[in-house]
Order: sequence, then C-alpha cells, then structure tokens
Amino acid sequence: MSLKKSGGIFITRKIDGFFIDLNDALQFVLRFFKELFKPPYEIKEIIRQCYQVGYKSLFLITLTGFITGLVFTKQSRPSLSEFGAASWLPSLVAIAIIRALAPLVTALICAGKVGSNIGAELGSMKVTEQIDAMEVSAVNPFKFLVVSRVLATMLMIPMLMCYTGCVAMLGAFLNVHQNELTSFVSFFQAAFDKISFLDIFSSLIKSIVYGFTIGIVGCYKGFHASNGTEGVGKAANSSVVLSMFLIFIEEILIVQITNSFRV
Amino acid sequence: MEIENRNIDEQDLMIHIRSLYKSFGDNHVLRGIDLDVYRKENVVVLGRSGTGKSVLIKIICGLLKPDSGKVNVLGEEVENLKDKELRELRLQVGFSFQSSALYDSMTVRENLAFPLVRNARHLSRKEVAQQIESVLDDVGLLRTINQMPSELSGGQRKRIGIARTLILRPQIMLYDEPTSGLDPITSIEINNLINHVRHKFNTTSIIITHDLTCAKTTGDKIAMMFDGKFIKQGTFNEVFDTDDERIQNFYKYNFIEQQKM
Repeated sequence: MSLKKSGGIFITRKIDGFFIDLNDALQFVLRFFKELFKPPYEIKEIIRQCYQVGYKSLFLITLTGFITGLVFTKQSRPSLSEFGAASWLPSLVAIAIIRALAPLVTALICAGKVGSNIGAELGSMKVTEQIDAMEVSAVNPFKFLVVSRVLATMLMIPMLMCYTGCVAMLGAFLNVHQNELTSFVSFFQAAFDKISFLDIFSSLIKSIVYGFTIGIVGCYKGFHASNGTEGVGKAANSSVVLSMFLIFIEEILIVQITNSFRV
Repeated sequence: MEIENRNIDEQDLMIHIRSLYKSFGDNHVLRGIDLDVYRKENVVVLGRSGTGKSVLIKIICGLLKPDSGKVNVLGEEVENLKDKELRELRLQVGFSFQSSALYDSMTVRENLAFPLVRNARHLSRKEVAQQIESVLDDVGLLRTINQMPSELSGGQRKRIGIARTLILRPQIMLYDEPTSGLDPITSIEINNLINHVRHKFNTTSIIITHDLTCAKTTGDKIAMMFDGKFIKQGTFNEVFDTDDERIQNFYKYNFIEQQKM
C-alpha cells in the first residue's frame, strides 16, 4: 500500500473516530438529563458528593482566591495611579473579580481537583469491574455515579464561586487598606457601586455551566476508561484537559451573550 | 449420566443458547455457541484463557450484546429486553466477578446493603441488617462485616463477592474464574462454597474456569471451550475420555501445573 493511501486511511479513521466519540458524548449528556428526573433519587449520595466537591476544595479555593484578589489589585495600582485614577481601584477589581476571575479561577481549580478526582475514581471503578458489578446487581450505575456527581458539581461550584469572590475581594481590600487606609465599608461601597444584577446573575449561570462541564466530562472519561491502570491515569488527565478547554470556550460564548444584554 | 436420565421439562430449562457469535473488531471471540442449562444444574465452562468464556457469561447477563444468536434466560430473550426488564431479570441472575469487584469505598456491610436496599425498598433497616448477617454467615465471614475490602484476603474477597450476589436470592449464579489467583486450600474452600450455595439456595450455576479441580468438584456437566466453540460437552469423565489432542493437552498441562503446586 502506498504511503499516500495509508495516510489517507489513517486520517479517515481519525475523523470517523472523532465523530463516533462526539456521538457517544452527546448520548452520555442526553442520558444524564433523562435520568436526572427519574426516581429513585440518590439523595444521600448527592449530599456525600457535595461534601467531597465543596468542603474538600475549600482550602485550595481560599488560597487561590485570596492571592488572586491581592495580586490583581497590586498589579493594577501602578497603571491606574499613572492616570490619577487610583480611587477607581475598588470598582475595577470588583468588576474583574465578579465578572471573570471568581468564576474562572473556581472552575479551573475545580477542573484540576474535582474533575481529575471524578475521572480517576470512576475510571478505576470501570477497570476493576465495579461499575459492571452495579449493573448486574440491578442497580443503575449511571444514576448512582454520574447523576449524583454532576448534580454535586452543578450545586457546589456556584457556591464556591461566591466564596472565591468574597475571599478575593478581601485580598483586594487588604492591599487597598495597606496603601490608602481605606475603611472596610467605604471600600465595599466603592466596589459594588459599579456591579449590576446582570454581573452577578451571569457569573452564577457561568459557574453552573462550568460545574456541569467539570462533572460530566469527569464522569464521561471515567465511564469510558480502559486498559487497566494506564487507562485510569489517562481518564484523570483527559478529564482535566478537556474540562479546561471547554470552560474557556464557554467563557467566550457566555461573555458574548451577556455583553449583548448590557446597555 | 444424571442429566440425560432426568425427565427434562421445558420449565426446567433455565438458560438456552443457540448459534451465539461475538466479535471485537477482527477478533472473533465466540463462534457458534450452543448451550442448555437446566434447573439446579452446575455447568462448568472449561478452557484456556482468552477462549471467550467470560464473554459468554457477560452476554448471558446482558453486560455485552451478541453479534448474532439466541440467548434465552429464564424464558426471556436477553438481547430484546428493555432496560427495566433487563434489571428485573438481573435480580434473578447473580454474577460473581473474577476480581470480586467489591466497592472499594464501602465496608463489607455497605457492599452487601448496596444492592439490597436499592432492590428491596420495603425492607426495614433491621431486616436489611439481618439479611446481611445471614448471608455473611453462609459464606463464613460474619466477622469481616465492618472491614474494608482492602483489608480482606483474596479468598475472603471472593466469598464476599459471592455473598453480595446471593443477598438478592438469584435463581442463577454465574461464577467467573472463582478460584483464579487463590492457593489450593482456599480454592477447595471456594469449590465447597459453590456446592453449598447450590444446595442451600437451589441455584443453577455456570462456572467459568480453567481449573480442573474446580471443574471436577463443582460441575455436573463440563463444556470444553476451544477457540470460541464448545468442542465437547458431558460429565468430567466423558469430556476427558477422548482422543482429541486439544483436550488431552489441556488436561496434561493443567495436571502438570497442579503437580508443581
């Protein structure tokens, strides 16, 4: 077979494979919405997963949020001071944190911590036949494993996003207070002066979408893991990479949509 | 032969397989399987690794779909069942995995409670606890009730895996390599447990193995599998009383392995 022909077959197979995977992923997402409203509901497992996603990410989120707020304020100060606009710092920081940084930082941290955890956990359950064991015990593994995890990420990531926003604003306040001796009340009054309902609402919607993305990608990759321990590593890794990629795409789309609502 | 002499009723036919084919890409794993399993019968599917034995029982319980052929379990055509019907059938078909497949994050008690509370929601907590203790007692591992799977030995894990399937009181038990990776004494204990389960719970079983001792101890009927096909079926003596070189070699190498142990 000529090199050109074998190369052609290779590309055709890759394209076929891409569309087959895309179809699988779409079926997986559709199945989630189908199973979501069907009883019985695994309330206990959802609460357990909320604890795993929320409480266990708290330390990392606190640290990252605080540093983000502090560093962003510190870096923005010289540019604003140059134009004599240092007093705009609280509102600038608030807009940046609430509109973009808090949802994005929370989502990226959770994609790394929670997404990889879900991918690895379900991947290891898949390769050790634990998912098959649920199936043959007449238990719906999709409902127990996927629906509960995706719901947990959809519920907890918006909450974590609010928390990140608060911690980041606190970091920003400390920097402003250190330099200008601004009081807590006047800083937050100035900060929230330029924040609208649309800013908060769009960030909440964003974080729900990111939560869904992180949960569903982790579960999909874990559910489709193969080839033993190597497959588990791959599932965890690709969960993070794909989640982050999709989060950035979604960020662009949601920003475009919300900007069209702004006057 | 006990099975042939028995007056076989249509209702006694628990599993009926005809012309079953299954491939994974270019790998033709099952190439025309025919098998009948009758009530309370223990059928051993014997053969080398990679001959398609595990694929066969995964098709029987609906984990895999066949390419063609007929698989009838308890009067139901498995490949035509909808999700809900398949789940109902699975309550009657227990599957003991080669790796035991215990849930790592749960204790033994939670492993056993998991299928029970989800399939028998009318049971009270006390009844669930009683059933768990009773089935653990049956497999002789009541003392491990609060242990994690990682704290159990290979043999104990197999027993707990069997207990987890028995808790739903299935009519059919499918054992995938029940003695693989175990020492000879633990293997004998597992073989005895398979026979105990059959007598106590009146189960019909298919036992997938390459272990001759397991086949001889637990099987009423042996189905010898080679390259995705049954090359001979009958009692242990009938199967191995043959000139077929493939069966003779299997016996010879298995015997040599056992001598080494």
